[in-house]
Amino acid sequence: MTKLSAAQLAAENNALVADEAKATLGFWIYLMTDCVLFASLFAVYAVLHKNTVGGPGGPELFSLPYVLVETFVLLTSSFTSGLAMLAAHRGDRDKTINWFAFTGLLGVIFLAMELSEFATLVHDGHSWTQSGFLSSYFTLVGTHGLHIAVGLLWLTLLVAQIARKGFTHSTMKRLTLFSTFWHFLDLIWIFIFTVVYLSSGVNL
Amino acid sequence: MNAHKRAVVADVHTLPPYKASSYVIGFVASIFLTLVAYSSVVQHLFSRRILLFVLPATALIQFSVQLVTFLHIGRELKPRWKLYVFLFMLIIVVILVAGSIWIMANLNYHMQSTVEINKYLRSQDGL
Repeated sequence: MTKLSAAQLAAENNALVADEAKATLGFWIYLMTDCVLFASLFAVYAVLHKNTVGGPGGPELFSLPYVLVETFVLLTSSFTSGLAMLAAHRGDRDKTINWFAFTGLLGVIFLAMELSEFATLVHDGHSWTQSGFLSSYFTLVGTHGLHIAVGLLWLTLLVAQIARKGFTHSTMKRLTLFSTFWHFLDLIWIFIFTVVYLSSGVNL
Repeated sequence: MNAHKRAVVADVHTLPPYKASSYVIGFVASIFLTLVAYSSVVQHLFSRRILLFVLPATALIQFSVQLVTFLHIGRELKPRWKLYVFLFMLIIVVILVAGSIWIMANLNYHMQSTVEINKYLRSQDGL
């Protein structure tokens, strides 16, 4: 290898590293603004959760054991997406795809459980139109569920991309961004679990 | 060519690679904290007054644990922009949430007087 090509390679390499740093910072800033969005929905829920207009409140509507299972499903999928990233950094494509497939499966189970909870509520006449409490509940939890749904779509495309192209600079960058997004959604869920569900268990 | 590039990329990073132990610790601690919060509510382990501290505490500890073990916050080369943006977000979130709850509680408090409410209703309905 000549000196010139080594220098060119180094320059190209520096550009790639700078590109990845820029992308992760930009995505991180988006996640932080998403946090502010969720914070405003949490504030609305905190203000409205007693406004049931004579209808049922959280203690009558929520099943805590059911939500505990949901919580563990999402937590485990956050963990397995971390394991997938470790495998990706080792360059182990099969393990990466397997762990991400498992992450996606858990994500689908979580979303299905949430939608079935919503369907039961609506079927029993407790839709978002019933009270301020239910409006704020559906908006907060539904926004989180929407993020999960978008994440699952993104994950499907990423796994297809790794399966076809393998680990290139850009697929690795996207994997990093996705796993950050997925961990972030589990962080938000900690507060939904505590503020919405557990608090209703003690009627706070 | 790609493999070669990636090898060079690895040289440029001065940060050590992520460790599996970090994720395992985060996962186990999160399960534990979730179960503590859940059973303290379901098994009525504490009085309501103590739960008001236990529930936010377990949530905030789990939040911090996952931030460190899953999202590796603060683990970046200087200047630590991600950390600064995160701290700025925390300030905004505290102002937004605490401010909203405070203002609305205050509003409810001032709307409590039946005398005031009756006066308002009369003025609206001409009763």
